[in-house]
Amino acid sequence: MTALSQSRGVSSRNLLGIVLIGIVLAVLPFVLGMAGQSWVRILNFALLYVMLSLGLNIVVGFAGLLDLGYIAFYAVGAYTWALLASPHFGLHLPFWAILPISLGLACLFGVLLGAPTLKLRGDYLAIVTLGFGEIIRIFLNNLNAPVNITNGPQGINRIDGFKVGEFMFSRSESLMGMRFTSPEKYYYLLLGITLLIILVCMRLQNSRIGRAWEAIREDEIAAKAMGINTRNVKLLAFAMGASFGGVAGALFAAMQGFVSPESFSLTESISVLCMVVLGGMGNIPGVILGAILLAALPEFLRAVVEPLQRLIFGEVVLDPEGIRMLLFGLAMVCVMLFRPAGLWPSAVRKRELAGTTGDRT
Amino acid sequence: MDIFIQQLVNGLTLGSVYALVALGYTMVYGIIGLINFAHGDVVMIGAMAATMIASAMVGGDPNVSAFAVLGAGLLIAIPLCMAVGWTAERVAYRPLRRAPRLAALITAIGVSIILQNLAMMVWGRNYLSFPQILHPQVFELGGARMSSLQIAIVLIAALLMGALFAIVHKTRLGTAMRATAQNREVAGLMGVNINTVISAAFLIGSALAAIAGMMVTTYYGVAQYTMGFMLGLKAFTAAVLGGIGNLAGAMAGGLLLGIIESLGAGYIGDLTGGFLGSHYQDVFAFVVLVMVLIFRPSGLLGERVGDRA
Repeated sequence: MTALSQSRGVSSRNLLGIVLIGIVLAVLPFVLGMAGQSWVRILNFALLYVMLSLGLNIVVGFAGLLDLGYIAFYAVGAYTWALLASPHFGLHLPFWAILPISLGLACLFGVLLGAPTLKLRGDYLAIVTLGFGEIIRIFLNNLNAPVNITNGPQGINRIDGFKVGEFMFSRSESLMGMRFTSPEKYYYLLLGITLLIILVCMRLQNSRIGRAWEAIREDEIAAKAMGINTRNVKLLAFAMGASFGGVAGALFAAMQGFVSPESFSLTESISVLCMVVLGGMGNIPGVILGAILLAALPEFLRAVVEPLQRLIFGEVVLDPEGIRMLLFGLAMVCVMLFRPAGLWPSAVRKRELAGTTGDRT
Repeated sequence: MDIFIQQLVNGLTLGSVYALVALGYTMVYGIIGLINFAHGDVVMIGAMAATMIASAMVGGDPNVSAFAVLGAGLLIAIPLCMAVGWTAERVAYRPLRRAPRLAALITAIGVSIILQNLAMMVWGRNYLSFPQILHPQVFELGGARMSSLQIAIVLIAALLMGALFAIVHKTRLGTAMRATAQNREVAGLMGVNINTVISAAFLIGSALAAIAGMMVTTYYGVAQYTMGFMLGLKAFTAAVLGGIGNLAGAMAGGLLLGIIESLGAGYIGDLTGGFLGSHYQDVFAFVVLVMVLIFRPSGLLGERVGDRA
């Protein structure tokens, strides 16, 4: 509801806010770049995770279908780019050809997953989607024999970067007297696409389809009785969610220049789900917040834990990697204990939880 | 035919372990509707603790008897796992009983991450190997080889499952558990102490997990801090395959999954003319799961639950 009132008539206060956020987003890579280019890279990954979370949010947050294999679509997108733009098959298609193909393929896989699982609910759906994600990963891992398609566990490298005409994103260059590194260029590309996806999500949420998803989430039987074609609408949720994942995957492959099945493990699916739930399922700003926090927190802890130990004990007492993930796990538990609806829940959900009904579904 | 029997034996052994772990998932799920993601890591902790004790004892006295080592391992692993399971429930899941379901799922994932990394900090990243104290006899049966260790695993698992069945169906605690699983509020009104029942489910599940952990580490000879993840995943799959929340279903699902996996690994190469190798065994397991769920959406033995609003 709030998003609706925002999209109609922008008040001057909101306008100021938007301009401020715009300025911050525009200069962010340079500020972070001062601390090292690796931080810009982390920022880029955070943006990729924002895209993934928004995609998963459609399936989990809007339509209420628990999907534990979401990363499979990311993998489909990434491998589509990797196969169509690398020396592996000798293909070097331009981005305007690959992006739609990635999107379409991911969409197709979304429907393939969605179709047989329409009848399943709750946790049965969760385990089937999980199985689907694993199946895709295992195939990527093993499709190097007898016909070498995915190059197996070694993955595919020397993937073409994103380029528009002669403008290469994977190369540093000077523009208008300023030096842009490759991560900084990718940052603006990813930012643009992320903003587009946010816009699509906001419009979707308040559309006829968005309301249908919400109705299915709250009560599928009632939704059906109200004349919603639950089959098509659920399939659409899977397809839409998957297509965002596919685009994010393609960009990931282009940015990294390397893909391997390792990047698409179940742990990744679970991380993305954690981002959606921790941030506040179904609420777009919340999901974005969750994605950025969870993507940045481990890196932040990595940068902090070791020096802090040196400062306090004078040496590294505990394995920094272990303690970093330990704190990460603790943070997840604590956030859920103190804010069960997520850090930034949607207004509707907040009201539901404040009520005494104790609805668990 | 030899291969068939051999894989059946291997599958039965593997399946017994899956079944024990799956019981822990299904009990908790049946009562509080939570996928306890950390359960696999409880198994891991049991395996690591038992391995550590065994190594220490064999290191101290190379001629120590195998039964003393296994007994000591159980004596340490079971209470430790029970403590871990109980604490996780008390601290991380109980406050969220009325929260949205996914919130509890996320805390369970958080607990899993915490347990894994604690284990890594305590026991290190490397594989711990279980000392070679067991010298299982090998029997021949119709061309297949089975060891006394495999037979022991299957028998102990069967015994434990029988005991659990007796507890759930014959004792007051079991009645209380079943009542709570059906309707928590009403059970509470009838004088069942819900908190005790839920704690008991976690304690029993964790004890079974500890034993399963010991079985894995003695059977495969190694334990590592990440082993709980895949094992837990398989066991959860088994629980869903059988119909989650249903004890008999978990046992059937576990055994079935073990057998499917072993047979799949043994035959998939021949079936596809060498196109797909044995590393597709996990695919096999998941494909069977998907197929079963398509035709029986609530698992093999699960009841058809009416659509509830």
